[in-house]
Amino acid sequence: MRDKTAIVGVGCCKFGENWGQSREDMMVEAAYQAYEDAGIDNPQKQIEAVFCGVVYPNFSTGEVADALRFYDRPISHVQNYCATGTDAFRFGAFGVAAGVYDTVLVLGYDKPKDRGVSGPSVAFDRVRGLPATPAGWFSLCAARYFDTFGADRSDLAKIAVKNHHNGTLAPNSMLKREITVDDVLNARMISWPFGLYDCAAQSDGAAAAIITRADKAKDFRDDFVLVKAVAIALGENPQTDPDFDFLRWKPTEYAARQAYEMAGISKPFDEIDVAQVHDCFTLTELLTYEDLGFIEKGAAREHIASGTFELDGELPVNTDGGLKTFGHPTGATGVRMIYENVLQLRGQAGPRQVKGATTALSHNIGGAPQACGITILGTP
Amino acid sequence: MVGIVAFGAYIPMTRLPLSLINGRPAADGGPEKAVAFYDEDSVTMAVAAACDCLGSEERSTIDAVMFASTSYALREKQGAVVIAKALDLRGDVETADFGGSLRAGTDALKAAVRAVASGATGRVLVVASDCRMGAPRGALERNLGDAAVAFLVGSEGVVAVLEDSAAVANEMQDLWRTDADDFTHSWEERFVVQEGYVPSMTRAATALLEKSGNGIQDYDRVALYGHDARSHATVVRGLGVVETQVQPTYFGRLGNCGAAFAPLLLCAALEQASAGERILLVGYGDGAEAFSFSVVGDSAAARLGVGGHLERRRPLRSYDSFLRARGLDKKEWQAGTGPGLAATIRLRERDADIGLIGAVCEACGQVHFPRSRVCVKCHVRDRWQPYRLSDKTGQVLAYTFDYFFPTPEPPAIMTVADVDGARVHIQLSDVAPDQVQLDMPVRFTFRKIHEAGGKANYFWKAVPV
Repeated sequence: MRDKTAIVGVGCCKFGENWGQSREDMMVEAAYQAYEDAGIDNPQKQIEAVFCGVVYPNFSTGEVADALRFYDRPISHVQNYCATGTDAFRFGAFGVAAGVYDTVLVLGYDKPKDRGVSGPSVAFDRVRGLPATPAGWFSLCAARYFDTFGADRSDLAKIAVKNHHNGTLAPNSMLKREITVDDVLNARMISWPFGLYDCAAQSDGAAAAIITRADKAKDFRDDFVLVKAVAIALGENPQTDPDFDFLRWKPTEYAARQAYEMAGISKPFDEIDVAQVHDCFTLTELLTYEDLGFIEKGAAREHIASGTFELDGELPVNTDGGLKTFGHPTGATGVRMIYENVLQLRGQAGPRQVKGATTALSHNIGGAPQACGITILGTP
Repeated sequence: MVGIVAFGAYIPMTRLPLSLINGRPAADGGPEKAVAFYDEDSVTMAVAAACDCLGSEERSTIDAVMFASTSYALREKQGAVVIAKALDLRGDVETADFGGSLRAGTDALKAAVRAVASGATGRVLVVASDCRMGAPRGALERNLGDAAVAFLVGSEGVVAVLEDSAAVANEMQDLWRTDADDFTHSWEERFVVQEGYVPSMTRAATALLEKSGNGIQDYDRVALYGHDARSHATVVRGLGVVETQVQPTYFGRLGNCGAAFAPLLLCAALEQASAGERILLVGYGDGAEAFSFSVVGDSAAARLGVGGHLERRRPLRSYDSFLRARGLDKKEWQAGTGPGLAATIRLRERDADIGLIGAVCEACGQVHFPRSRVCVKCHVRDRWQPYRLSDKTGQVLAYTFDYFFPTPEPPAIMTVADVDGARVHIQLSDVAPDQVQLDMPVRFTFRKIHEAGGKANYFWKAVPV
């Protein structure tokens, strides 16, 4: 898989409560940005297949075909919890790596803001498992982790403060406001230990990437980005797993092993220059530092204090502000992270540029959580 | 010898301080009533009382369930069969509901004793449970409370024998409620007491004494249904009952719990009684019925009972909390339109949802909840035995306080508990957030989870041991 495919174009619409924009509007905006970025002037001829990541589809694949006027070719929807965008990308990269297609479009999009609720809806289709809110699921490691490693809510708050700062530097982010640790600690509680600022916003958005054969990438642009690895792994349901220790999210550990092997990475902290990780909640980002093997289990607190993962730290994480400031249109998020990593690897990330970045990782985790997706991209 | 083999009770720990009704703050030690919280109803309270009664009794020995209530929600679809499922009773258990009268509880107890005595059945679980609804801030509201009580009736290991009974029928319109009514109606108070409660109670008790040849002084405990504290005192005086004989009625602590009230007083009396004592019980509703019990054995008491439950208290913070808990507040969206949970899914998952039944892998011994096809541990397929979790204790491994989930007094507490190796994702209830600790032991209680489809949907919650 490694180095067989390349990203030659990316696009991302402005994420936010896009009351005035339809799904079609956001899809077209992201896709046409990607065409332009790749120098594609005739997508009808040059795009052979479309892989879409979307969790709330209205009309399934037909809405994509009609928006982009792509007929007489395959269009598929991929769903895999919050790793949906990353999994759509995986299908696209594998299709090209297998030699079936030369050039494909990956499109992640979602529009949760047409539902009339500001948070997730509480589902009443079962009687077990309630409260069925993501905050209630992702907070389940908090008590045990805090108790074992001595961390607390203020460590989580620093992650939100960092991501809010980074978000002010990203043109497409929704929230562009610096916050303080006190803001986070004093916000209204959602699901302990998560207050309002520990939670990702909800937003609409779309992002796109164009994947082609590595040996053809130069036809599109010189500063293409190589796909080093793309991995998906499912883990045991943490709510029923008899061996779970509530100190980690296993799907991340599983997917990381796959991805590092694929990319030939043995010392992730040294070899990865920039990472976009799934900060649906602050604790998710904290656990991910460790679950990805960037640092030892339990060491997050000291690294948060010393700024390891800040923009000017040793391994900047969520350089664009993450889900915290972009919100989380589920299908779009993984592709939005790839967009940011491509900009970082091309040296086009402006004030949030990580100097000399040559290897970039993106990560999503979703469900109970049970599914993790990871991509590793690199400069040629 | 036929009689009561075991007994137990349930009183919700939530209390409404009566002063809150009139907007005054709650005073320590002031009068209050027990109220079913938002996740409780007559069925959940019945299951809790039954668990208190049964303790470690082998569930498969129970042949019938009789459920008495005036507040069971459905007109068509039985309550007793839900209770039987929640208790994991045999598939051929007989089930019957008793209702329509405040006397339904004593009616069921009498029917059970007669059924066992006739030889028609072996062991009968009788559960009386009521969740009383007086109109908000109305005259009845202060007086009514919620509770449940359960008796196991059988012919071996009998603790109390029903010696005799005497009934009085009295057709009148004192208290009533139609299908369309949310709240109990009452005719003028003095009419209810003077034409209904006092003469019916007195005549039933007197008839029993005449029939049995006993004098009132032959009873160690006299447990009289109380319409309210004052009229109860009138009956006590009229019958010549002396203070040491009177079974307390718990007005100002519990309230009149309807069909469960007289049976609950009997339960309380049995908790304190010793062999050789005699108990007079009089229940009321559309007349009255008096019962003479003779205590023949000491009960093996592991239960919380009436006494233990009265000590467990959680006063509400506001009258608004009470209104929300009882569904009496206005909401943006009308609840319960639509069919609710798929009946097909409900059927397939009833063992897990209503019974809290998991499975144990015959190959490796791993306990699962819910049941699955392939073992998570050893990956062997379809080698399972059912495993009841509802009577086990668990340990809190993880928790969160969810302020997003709609509850009258947030937060809702969510936990993952370890139960004999199975991990159960379940709500934690009846505990203040600051008392929740990792590794604390929990047990399980049957509760209403939500009302999708306009009817109660049940599952279990963890509560502190």
